[in-house]
Amino acid sequence: MSTALAPEKPLRPRLSRRWFPPALRQPLTLVGATIALVWFLVAALAPLVAPYDPLEQAFVPFESPSAGHLFGTDELGRDVFSRVVYGARISLPLGVLLVVLASTIGGVLGALAGYFRGWADGAVMRVADLVFAFPAIILAMVVTAALGRGLTNAVLALVIVAWPSYARVVRSLVLSVGDSEYVWATRLLGTSARRALVREVLPNVVGPVLVLATLDVGNAILLLSGLSFLGLGAQPPAAEWGSMVATGTQYFQFWWMGTFPGLAIFTAVLAFNFVGDSLRDVFDPRTARESRERL
Amino acid sequence: MAAPRRRYDRKPPVTLPRVPAPPFVRFLLRRAGALVLLSLGITLVAFALTQLVPSDPVAANLGEQAAADPAAVAAFKERYGLDEPIPVQYWRYLTNLLQGDLGESLQDHEPVRENLARYVPATAELAVLSTVVAVLVGVAFGVAAAVRRNRFTDHLLRVFSLAGISMPTFWIALVALYVFFFRLGWFPGGDRLDPGVLEPPHKTGMYTVDALLAGQWSTASDALHHLILPALVLAAYNVGLLTRYTRSAVLEVIGNDYVRAARAKGLPESSVLFRHVLRAALPSVVTVIGLIFANVLTGTVLVETIFAWPGIGQYAYRSAVTLDLPAIMGVSLFVAVVYISVNFVVDILYGVIDPRIRVT
Repeated sequence: MSTALAPEKPLRPRLSRRWFPPALRQPLTLVGATIALVWFLVAALAPLVAPYDPLEQAFVPFESPSAGHLFGTDELGRDVFSRVVYGARISLPLGVLLVVLASTIGGVLGALAGYFRGWADGAVMRVADLVFAFPAIILAMVVTAALGRGLTNAVLALVIVAWPSYARVVRSLVLSVGDSEYVWATRLLGTSARRALVREVLPNVVGPVLVLATLDVGNAILLLSGLSFLGLGAQPPAAEWGSMVATGTQYFQFWWMGTFPGLAIFTAVLAFNFVGDSLRDVFDPRTARESRERL
Repeated sequence: MAAPRRRYDRKPPVTLPRVPAPPFVRFLLRRAGALVLLSLGITLVAFALTQLVPSDPVAANLGEQAAADPAAVAAFKERYGLDEPIPVQYWRYLTNLLQGDLGESLQDHEPVRENLARYVPATAELAVLSTVVAVLVGVAFGVAAAVRRNRFTDHLLRVFSLAGISMPTFWIALVALYVFFFRLGWFPGGDRLDPGVLEPPHKTGMYTVDALLAGQWSTASDALHHLILPALVLAAYNVGLLTRYTRSAVLEVIGNDYVRAARAKGLPESSVLFRHVLRAALPSVVTVIGLIFANVLTGTVLVETIFAWPGIGQYAYRSAVTLDLPAIMGVSLFVAVVYISVNFVVDILYGVIDPRIRVT
């Protein structure tokens, strides 16, 4: 073991090594983070990146990709590239918003269920079981159709579908953390249940939930674009990736109309999955690389 | 003088010794009980969904003129029982349900049950083929990645599987159609049979099976030909998912001492892998099958729309868009019950494969 050969000077690890766990220094993570960053920049700077107005019907329809129109033009003579660029302004923020809402609602309910147990636990988890009994998109589809089509309702429907997985995770974490001795100790010292939950339990729960949430942003973008693809989310003429692919299926000999928005969804989701996958390795030692060396 | 009655004069009540049910039976009963309760809950959700929503089935299904006519509206409401109190509606819904009556679709005025019977086999065919492909390929990939961990194969498969779960199903469907149907012409562009090919005699409703049963080889191969592309598209996501699950399940097992012992006593690597590693890793892979199945059902909604596949996914979509309440309730109920039944079977399988689970 290296302890026998203690160096004379204390080791000074480089800052990056101290700050980033090894799993986060992998090429995949970097690639993922870069793509995600590029997409967020594109979304933020859309008016500067896009050469044309995404809604302006100013060109010859069905033009194949060229120097003037990188991704060609669509059935109404709009520039597909500009539409894809502006599409980032819908999918990315809504994907993040969706995850924030779902994790907040699910997290709070799960924490209450796990900490107070008893009937609160029973009620929350049975409702979660019920939501879990439906495949996500079918429930989301029915809810959206019933509430009325549109992006807001699609997001709402997906929140309804998505919160239970957070509730389950947070509940089980709170159950295990809430039973630990240091929580009992603070309670015995006279801390209120609420304060113990917020000050002692929650900090230990936030990490894993953040991982789950990052992983889920990709999923959220997929589901949301799926609903828009079905015509239940974004409504025309909005430049939304899913609905652009849907138009593409109607004119599929003009391959550029559906291919490029689809690629946009793919790369954005892939970026989050690359990052999320490595994040999971950091927080789940069983799949982490270091622990595998014992073979 | 009568002798005082003593306690032992009374005949002891006949009691069978209480033998506790064997753990596995208790395990089964507990799961079955949960299944029944969950099914009841699902009917409640399906019903509540159609009640709590602010949209109006009258407006959605009657024309504008008819909706403005109070008599027509009243007749419509009476016909479908929409004028009664909600608990009464739910109770009637439940009693009808128990008799197998799912109501009448507002789209084509056919019983929802008949619609389901027509569309379910098409989806079943697609889902089964797709799941089989996904499980075979995904498990193989996952094992390969775990065995060659941190080497090129592993990294490649990691990118591959992450790509699989990141591609929107509807987009792969579009690209696959463009390439393999429109450009290359290798596969048909939709529907279940070529035009002009007669449906095989109805037995199961699954064309490949029916055609095989009837000995119509050309029909069977045509049906299979139509099935391949959508099934592969549906499988893509699950291949990615299963690769990841299998990889981590195998990795968790492969470092154990008994695996090293098996190697040390000179067993061939294949035997170590299949008998010792996979045997222990598979139970946790089996638990994912429920999830896989849910993904397939989710995917069918998108894939069937693109491939013009007359299955339950398309039906669900049509019903949701036209606010066909009985059909929506029927489909979501059916899908949910199938889904929880699959999970029930998976639970039991898990208990069978891994005896430690039965006790907890």
